[in-house]
Parts: sequence; C-alpha cells; structure tokens
Amino acid sequence: MELYFDQELAQLKEKLLLMSSLTEQNVALAIRSLVERNDMAAAKVERDDDLLDKLEIEIDQLGIRLLALRQPKASDLRLITTAMKITTDLERMGDRAVTIARRAVELNKEPELKPLVDIPRMAEICQGMIRDTLDAFVYQKTDLARQMVLRDKEVDQLNRKVQSDLTEMMLANSGTIVRALKLMRVAQSLERIGDHTANIAEEIVYLYEARDIRHHQETLTT
Amino acid sequence: MDNPDPHKPIIEINRLNFWYGPKQALFDINMTIARNRTTAFIGPSGCGKSTLLRCFNRMNDLNDEQRIDGQIVMHGMDIRAPEVDVIELRKRVGMVFQKSNPFPKSIFENIAYGLRIQGRNKKSDLEERIETSLRRAALWEEVKDRLHESAMALSGGQQQRLCIARTIAVEPDVVLMDEPCSALDPTATAKIEELIQDLKRYYTIIIVTHNMQQATRCSEFTAFFYLGKLIEFDTTTKIFTNPANKQTEDYITGRFG
Repeated sequence: MELYFDQELAQLKEKLLLMSSLTEQNVALAIRSLVERNDMAAAKVERDDDLLDKLEIEIDQLGIRLLALRQPKASDLRLITTAMKITTDLERMGDRAVTIARRAVELNKEPELKPLVDIPRMAEICQGMIRDTLDAFVYQKTDLARQMVLRDKEVDQLNRKVQSDLTEMMLANSGTIVRALKLMRVAQSLERIGDHTANIAEEIVYLYEARDIRHHQETLTT
Repeated sequence: MDNPDPHKPIIEINRLNFWYGPKQALFDINMTIARNRTTAFIGPSGCGKSTLLRCFNRMNDLNDEQRIDGQIVMHGMDIRAPEVDVIELRKRVGMVFQKSNPFPKSIFENIAYGLRIQGRNKKSDLEERIETSLRRAALWEEVKDRLHESAMALSGGQQQRLCIARTIAVEPDVVLMDEPCSALDPTATAKIEELIQDLKRYYTIIIVTHNMQQATRCSEFTAFFYLGKLIEFDTTTKIFTNPANKQTEDYITGRFG
C-alpha cells in the first residue's frame, strides 16, 4: 500500500541524493581548481556551496516535520534520523571543498611549488569513496559501505606523508613556507572529507542493517 | 519464541491453540511473559491478541463454544488444570476493560467489594487498602474527600482509574488491560499511561492496544500477532526500530495490506 507518507520519504531521499551528488561534484571541482590551476572551477565551488547549505536546512526541516507529524518507526525512522545526520557531514564536506578552492585560488597566483602527486592521489581516493558511498545508499550495498572505513585509513596515511614532506620542504627552504602551509591545509581538508564520507558510510550500514558500526564496535539495535 | 528477558518469567505459554467453534483463533503460541514488566500485544483486529489475553484469566471459559489446547503455566502450574479455582485465578490475574465499568455504588464500595469477598471486613484494614489502591491508581488526591459519593459521577478517565484501583486492591500478580484507553481523551490516556509505568513496580502488566504510540510509551516488550499467530516478540525498542519480520514492519509503519 503506497502511503502519502511514502511520497514524503521519497522526497527526503531525493533531496539527500541531490545534496550528495552536489557535494561529490564540489569536491571534484575544488581539486580541479588546484591541480589544473583553474580559478573558474574554484568560483563555481563557492557558488554551489550556498545550494548545499540550503539543502541541508531543507532536509533537516523536512526530517523534523516527518518526525513530529508521522511518528515514523522501523526503517522509516532510521531513514529520517540517518538523513539528518548525513546532511551534517555533507555540509561540512562542502565547506572543506570551499577551503580547498580558496587555497587553490591563492596558490594559482604564485609559481607552482612542486608537481602534486600525493594530494591528487588523496583526492582520487576521496572521490571514489564518495561515489561508492552514494552507490551504497542508492542500491543498499552495505558491504560496499563497510569498505569505506579502510579506504579512509589510506587517506589518513597519505595525509601524514604530505604533512611530513611539506614540513621538510619548509625546513629546507623558508621561501616555500607560505605555499606549503596552504597545501597542508588542502591535504588536511581532504583528510576530513575522507572522515565525513566514512561517517556517512557507517550511517548507511545503520540505515539498512540497523547495526551501529561506529568507533570500531558493532552493535545491533536491541 | 522466547521472551527476550527470560530470567524472570511469570507466565509461560506452551503450544497454545484456541478455537471458537470450528474457527481456530490462535495457532501454536509459545511465549513467556516477564515479571514486573509491561508487555504490549499489537496486531490488526481479529489477530487473536484479545483472545490470548482472555486465556490468562480464563475469561474465555464463559464461551461454551471455545476449545483450547496447550499450556499456560503460572507459578509452576497449568492454569487450565481441573484443580485450579477460577475465582482464585482471577484474583491473581485482574482485568481492566476497554470501557470503564464501575459498580453503581460509592467510590469506597467499588474497591471494598472485592476485599469483602476475600473476607477482609475490618474497617481500618479496608480503609488502608482502599487508600493504597487509590494512591497507586493516581486517583486518591482527586477523590479523597468524596469517597462515599457515587462512582458514576466520576469522569471517564477517573472511572477507568477507579477500575484499575479496584483491580489492584486484591493484590493481583498480573493486570490484563484490554485497550484501556480507547474510550478516553488524550489527557486521561496520558494519565493511564503514566500510571502503567508506576504500576509495573508491583504488578506484571499485559496490555492490548491498537495505538502503536501507546505500545511504545508504556511497554518494554511487544508481541505482534497476525491471523492468530505470534509473528514477532521482542523488546519494544527492537520491534519499533528494527523489526525482524516484514509483516511486523509493514504493520507498525502503517503499510499493512
């Protein structure tokens, strides 16, 4: 039996998907603005971030309304509470994309410090994680979602390497400090994007399996 | 199906089948009811939840057409055994109905009635028990100055709490409630629900309700019945956040049928 409530839930899911794909796109654009030294891409990241903020508010408002008016239960309840948590992560990922784009614009005004290797690699893993997490959400692939925790560790490792390489560079040549610090911020932002994506993946496992896998412990709702 | 809190069972139901004439109303029910907890029975009309409730104090005996098979064990004894005194059983297992049904007597006499049948006629004893019962039923403050006025003058919600006081006055182990709030307004309903939370300190409560919100607010365990079968029985939190069975999920999310 299709309920009017089902249409509202479909609307919630649709908005969440829109916000997720927009976030994915903004992270990709932010990286392009850095790697391809493309200021236009950076400007688009800034513009689209307003849309992300707006969607975050819309999804939260819809979630609160459905909680209050529909008293959702079981998988409906999990969808709504999960959606409201996922929007927070997506919004923060959007903010990190903006940080990357802004640093890119600043770096693009100066000569290239060095050919980028590890940062594009981090970005590639992060973008893959976001895509797969979206897939896991749409197609209920919780096995795929569970892989994100491990892939996030790869991003963390690369970030540590970037931070230490850039530190060495600054120690060797003080003329690199300003640019190196900006690149450090970029790597840190990617590292956080990986964390948020892993959070979302954990929420997706909860949504479809009612298992809480956060903080390396797994508990079933009882 | 085992009770999720099996350490303190008060009622054990083993392979219970029940028929009204040729029509089977309950199919092979196995469950245990936890002591001093509230268990909610939910399910669509005709699913057998009230029939099962009425088995616990043998209310179904009043129907000549009924046939029952299986065991309901309480205090180590099958309540269907021939040596069981049904009057005594109904003292141990009290019942509150959908519609409040006070006797057309004073508030005091409504509660004193059951106590007198038990032979407790001493005035001071009666007064003490009546006060305790009314306090436990959260009615004392509202009626203490008019105990000898007619119970029929009370509001619907007060009458229902009086019926609860009357039921608990004889100190039962189990209180059965068959949709106790369906005739009450939201304020009176909220009072009864609060009361249920208090009462489980002293009694085991089994409540049949069509109101899913009520089941979530009052009970620790929820049993979902459909077409005479126990489909799922678990903690109320589990049932309402992550039911194991698709039929349970469809029912509690309003997508049944």
